[in-house]
Amino acid sequence: MISEVLYMNGYGLYVWSSFAFTLSCFCILYLVIKLQLIKEQKKFKVRFESLEADKIEIAKTQETYKEILTTSSASKI
Amino acid sequence: MFNYLKPNNLLKIINKTQKFVFIIFLVIISIGLVEALILSPEDYKQSDSVRIMYVHVPAAWISLGIFSLIAFLSFGILVFKNKNLSLITKSLAPSGFVFNVIALVTGSIWGKPTWGTWWAWDARITSMLLLAFFYLIFLLSWRVTDKEEKAVKISSYIAIIGLINVPIIKFSVEWWSTLHQPSSVNIFTETSIHTSMLLPLGIMTAAFALFSLLIFLMKYNTELIKIKNKGLDRL
Repeated sequence: MISEVLYMNGYGLYVWSSFAFTLSCFCILYLVIKLQLIKEQKKFKVRFESLEADKIEIAKTQETYKEILTTSSASKI
Repeated sequence: MFNYLKPNNLLKIINKTQKFVFIIFLVIISIGLVEALILSPEDYKQSDSVRIMYVHVPAAWISLGIFSLIAFLSFGILVFKNKNLSLITKSLAPSGFVFNVIALVTGSIWGKPTWGTWWAWDARITSMLLLAFFYLIFLLSWRVTDKEEKAVKISSYIAIIGLINVPIIKFSVEWWSTLHQPSSVNIFTETSIHTSMLLPLGIMTAAFALFSLLIFLMKYNTELIKIKNKGLDRL
């Protein structure tokens, strides 16, 4: 059964390489986009923490800033 | 209408749906892979090589669909001058490009046992390659220009020009005598694929669509944070 699935009547190499290429592309694209997202979240957090206290208070009242900080790993809000 | 597309509203929706989409994608791709690689029958002519169809066809459909969407939204960008639409098109392009590459590579792998060649300058294949170039130029247009407004304009024009290629891809197999077979799945006319093969094809298409949605959500989130990062200076 397993050898039949792997061999696929002689087309195994073509079929498995197509699926492997597709899934590898998925993994690479997911990782690249995820890393970009984490990098931007970190950048945002660092810049947010370097703000003056009164500016942090203003930012805390804005929904978008709250949303970004709550979704990044460590949040001050 | 554009109230729903406001970044503040979209960011909330994105954060809530991202994990949900990822889990659903994992479930559907697992079912799809079992169906495509094990449960679906082999073809009477192409034998097991037909299984490549389950990754090749959905990838081609989705790359075409995403490019068409980008082009229509680009019209909106130029007409309504809506900045958020440009963020959406920018976030859609990476997954569209990757699906285009997948369609080309898996098509080439499928071509070897079926046609006896990895590549042919056939109308369908060449027009798909042209689409990949349009995607590439679209993505590069955001990198080569420093001014965002200029990048938005250039990328929009590229997408609109590229839209001419979409019907050429679709009808190339009918307009020219090509090596590529005509489409087997049709919305308006009878489909020539048996249900036992149509089911895994449908499941894999759904999985691919969910993956492109997931990548779009993550990329859009990233672009939005970039903008908000710049906005911290103006507080």
